[in-house]
Amino acid sequence: MLEIKNLHVSVGDREILKGLTLTVKDGEVAAIMGPNGTGKSTLSYVIAGREGYDVTQGEVLLNGENILDLDPHERAARGLFLAFQYPVEIPGVATMQFLKATLNAQRRSRGEPELQTPDLMKRVRDAAAKLGVSQEMLRRPLNSGFSGGEKKRMEVLQMALLEPSVGILDETDSGLDIDALRVVSEGVNTLRSPHRSFLVITHYQRLLDYIRPDTVHVMAQGRIQRSGGPELALELEKNGYRDYIAEEAA
Amino acid sequence: MAARQETVARVEAIDVDAYKYGFTTDIESEKAPKGLSEDIVRFISAKKNEPDWLTQWRLEAYRRWLTMREPDWARVHYPPIDYQDLYYYSAPKSTPGPKTIDDVDPELLRTYEKLGIPLREQEILAGVETRKVAVDAVFDSVSVATTFKEELAKAGVIFCPISEAVQTHPELVRQYLGSVVPVTDNYFATLNSAVYSDGSFVYVPKGVRCPMELSTYFRINEQKTGQFERTLIIADAGSYVSYLEGCTAPKRDENQLHAAVVELVALDDAEIKYSTVQNWYPGDSAGKGGIYNFVTKRGDCRGRNAHISWTQVETGSTITWKYPSCILRGDNSQGEFYSIAVSNGHQQVDSGTKMIHLGRNTKSRIVSKGISAGKSQNTYRGQVSAHRKAEGARNYTQCDSLLIGHDCGAHTVPYIESKNPSAQFEHEATTSKISEDQLFYAMQRGLSAEEATALIVNGFVRDVLQQLPMEFAVEAQKLISISLEGSVG
Amino acid sequence: MINLSNEADAVYAAQFETMRDSGAAQRRTDAYRAFAARGLPNRRVESWHYTDLKAALTKPAPLATTHSVTHALARTHDAVRLVMVDGKLRPDLSDLDTLPAGVRMQCLQEALASAGPTVTATLWPDNADDAAIALNGALMQNGLVVTVAPGAEAPRPLELITLVSGNEPQAVFTRSALIVGAGAHIRIIETHGVLDAGTEAASLAGAQLNHVLTMRLDADAKVDLLTNVAGFGETSVSVVSLIAHLDARARLNAHQLIEGGGLLRRQIFAALDGEHAHAAFNGVTLARARQHADTTLVVDHRQPHGESHERFRTILDGQAVGVFQGKIIVRSAAQKTDGVMQSKAILLSDGATMNNKPELEIFADDVKCGHGATCGRLDRDQLFYLMARGLPRGEAESLLLAAFANEAMAGIEDEALRDFFEARIGAWLTGRAGA
Repeated sequence: MLEIKNLHVSVGDREILKGLTLTVKDGEVAAIMGPNGTGKSTLSYVIAGREGYDVTQGEVLLNGENILDLDPHERAARGLFLAFQYPVEIPGVATMQFLKATLNAQRRSRGEPELQTPDLMKRVRDAAAKLGVSQEMLRRPLNSGFSGGEKKRMEVLQMALLEPSVGILDETDSGLDIDALRVVSEGVNTLRSPHRSFLVITHYQRLLDYIRPDTVHVMAQGRIQRSGGPELALELEKNGYRDYIAEEAA
Repeated sequence: MAARQETVARVEAIDVDAYKYGFTTDIESEKAPKGLSEDIVRFISAKKNEPDWLTQWRLEAYRRWLTMREPDWARVHYPPIDYQDLYYYSAPKSTPGPKTIDDVDPELLRTYEKLGIPLREQEILAGVETRKVAVDAVFDSVSVATTFKEELAKAGVIFCPISEAVQTHPELVRQYLGSVVPVTDNYFATLNSAVYSDGSFVYVPKGVRCPMELSTYFRINEQKTGQFERTLIIADAGSYVSYLEGCTAPKRDENQLHAAVVELVALDDAEIKYSTVQNWYPGDSAGKGGIYNFVTKRGDCRGRNAHISWTQVETGSTITWKYPSCILRGDNSQGEFYSIAVSNGHQQVDSGTKMIHLGRNTKSRIVSKGISAGKSQNTYRGQVSAHRKAEGARNYTQCDSLLIGHDCGAHTVPYIESKNPSAQFEHEATTSKISEDQLFYAMQRGLSAEEATALIVNGFVRDVLQQLPMEFAVEAQKLISISLEGSVG
Repeated sequence: MINLSNEADAVYAAQFETMRDSGAAQRRTDAYRAFAARGLPNRRVESWHYTDLKAALTKPAPLATTHSVTHALARTHDAVRLVMVDGKLRPDLSDLDTLPAGVRMQCLQEALASAGPTVTATLWPDNADDAAIALNGALMQNGLVVTVAPGAEAPRPLELITLVSGNEPQAVFTRSALIVGAGAHIRIIETHGVLDAGTEAASLAGAQLNHVLTMRLDADAKVDLLTNVAGFGETSVSVVSLIAHLDARARLNAHQLIEGGGLLRRQIFAALDGEHAHAAFNGVTLARARQHADTTLVVDHRQPHGESHERFRTILDGQAVGVFQGKIIVRSAAQKTDGVMQSKAILLSDGATMNNKPELEIFADDVKCGHGATCGRLDRDQLFYLMARGLPRGEAESLLLAAFANEAMAGIEDEALRDFFEARIGAWLTGRAGA
């Protein structure tokens, strides 16, 4: 479960999140939609613990624990996963090597035994097959020379292996063609479970045709402006964000 | 592949004590009196029972050295060295002359055991090692043990201390010694020629592929002792040899001088792969103590299609002054230089290579990865030159530097000289830091800042690590992580 | 320690005595001492490793005396001209009456007599420790001190012409300064050569020019600098230096065309001393016969967010020797520096030699710096392709070489000036192809 309470965040002198409150329950898929430049990516970075953001007020609770003072890797070990809008290339580090390092680092910090290579290889291969990730891709340096679609599939593959309790998908649909979108969405859907929550951040309704949310929240002006069911997404698709933007201008 | 996957686990397993080879061995030594003179040169030569020509050769070097000035062009700074305040010869007392492993002082065996260097062949055979490596162990000024000599002899390969080769194969030594690095070459090489005490000698006969990796393990133990070893490797026509060297020294407050010379000769169609993992004591966190590593290494591709490849991982020494080079004399010969130089604390590294293209269609490749942290200065200095007759010469140089922290420096000084229009030289260099994006991404997936840094650094040096034999790659990766400890956060 | 061990040093010592009291006596004396302590640089001096000035100047020529110019100089640019011949301003050849508004000009001698702190700081910069520049400081005969008022926008370029004349070898030492006030913008064309270039007398005269232009760009100032060195004879020895100092957000956009003659060294020392300063240095060097052409560049990033871009092309024919030394320094304060340097050379003949030394010296961690250097001959496939389409070899080579060289001229904003430089490159190539 993810609870965000009255979150205020600034970058330099500019306040970007202005008292955002949102709860995503166990097993729930919540979608956040909103116009560009409204702080959606800031929200995902702040939850994951990226440097450069000042949290001036509020709390973020992961399964009841305030995680704002934790380092990014400690949040990850507690079950938080962020699928990046722009996955980062790490030259020279083979994807397989990266997967093993991260998986075992998390297991160690949770006091679980490390996975031995054969076991790990099997898990990775199974997950990769489902997502259409080739063995050749696993040998290449992480995200280096990957296409947009390959990078997003790699994000979902990592999520499948790391088995987080909360997964945040930041504009996962951006840069994807329709086939890639289907593969990635199916990947996410198979991970849905009563013990796992998702926060799906998107600009377009399109993604929500594939990943059906339980709740939809409209974000603008650094806050959640309106919450509702899946029907809210359809309404936004029809009317756009102009009501909320107009409000912002006012 | 497997080696690289182990990285993070190994980083995790690192000792709290950063330099773990810093112990001393309590063993009685026989030393020459302190200081340097013609008498000392004669003393060393007499100790080794050398023929007159070699004694004269040393004396000539010594007299030449007296007229030379210490080089000052490298970007390294250190107080003047008092060459009269050093011991030029030190040998463990208990091991006189050539010996079998059972004669070696148990204290020495324990030393090498602690260093992870197996000297008992049966232990190697019984152990988990999948590949045999023959070891020549040099302790201060002398070789204390050489393994697998008999098995190598069956293949015709000569692998022994150079002091022994002078006795058993004088014609080879006389023909090749000083033929790549002349007695007059430079201040430190000339000093070495005068006072070198031991080192390894390798001769691989025509058409022979050396049946195992050869290695020398250098250990400086005594205080105030300079180590001046001399290595000579000859690969006769059509032969192949892979040679590794490793180095450690105890933690001592004073600086210790290490001025080695390595000469490689590759004849027609021969190939020599020379790998170094240099981990001399780097000095403490305040910059006190550590080894001055002033080394001349040069390979001569003397025949057609000869191939010499240098790979080095430099993590130790307080000062490194080292430019393993290739003279590409034979037509179609090839030279390679792969380097990882890590500096932290107060270390100063000025290292690189020279690729001298003399023959036709000669090729060279340079991949240098420098990582500076702490208050260290790390300089790549490299020369690539094509002479008039070097028709069709090719060089590609990639030179990348990574900075970790605000107080270190990374410098690149290439000299690219072409006298032949058909020579194609390409040089690229970059300097950057570990990107915040990469760090955050790796940490979001669960790695700590140190683990993430180690992983990204491993990716950065991967091209070079791949050149090392597997066992050394693992060792090197571990060393790099240890060397960078405390540089993050 | 004053070193008078050879003839050249003795000649310079005597010349210094004649110049000692020609203004700024103390500065001159300091400069002379700095020079005399080192003497003329030879190959053992790291920054002169590829150019042995000491060997080239074993017989320093006498200091120039003024020769009269009997004919007008042809105009090559639509610019306001300031002409010096043999180290003396020539009002008769200069456009002193049409200086743009906000631009003031003084002779060096006048400026030294009345120098304020800005002029002094500009004339004696702190970022060029070099023996040839020190010698210039001791022996400078004259120069032009140009001041551009803050905010001024000069509509026409200013052309600074330095010529050496005569049938006999003579030495000319000039030092000019350009002070550009905050937010001002000016285009400068620098032309260095010999009077009556191309004539036999000029090519044999063996001029020894040592010229320094010091430049100070205040905050937000912008300078476009175009430098052309051409026409020096085969026995001449020239050192043409630029020392630039950039304040915050200042922009220097420099292009140079160096046409070889005798021994020629172009040296540039630039200090980026304010945040967000931006410098671009681009150059083409063309050399043939036994010419020796050296471009040495030091860009010193001293403040954060600086940017520098260097792009150099060298074409060598005959037994010519080309040198490119470029050093990017990033001081520890200069975080977020962006520096990219590229040097490419083409060797056209078996006798030519290229020496490339692109250096990085970096003390700040959050920077992006890189350099690239290549050296080789014309691409055989491209050449074949053009010849297969019917171009004779000479023409095909010229076409490819022009494209190669013009890459470094692409950043000249003024179209007429870019055309002029490209035409000069074309003429050199045609001369070569025809030879």
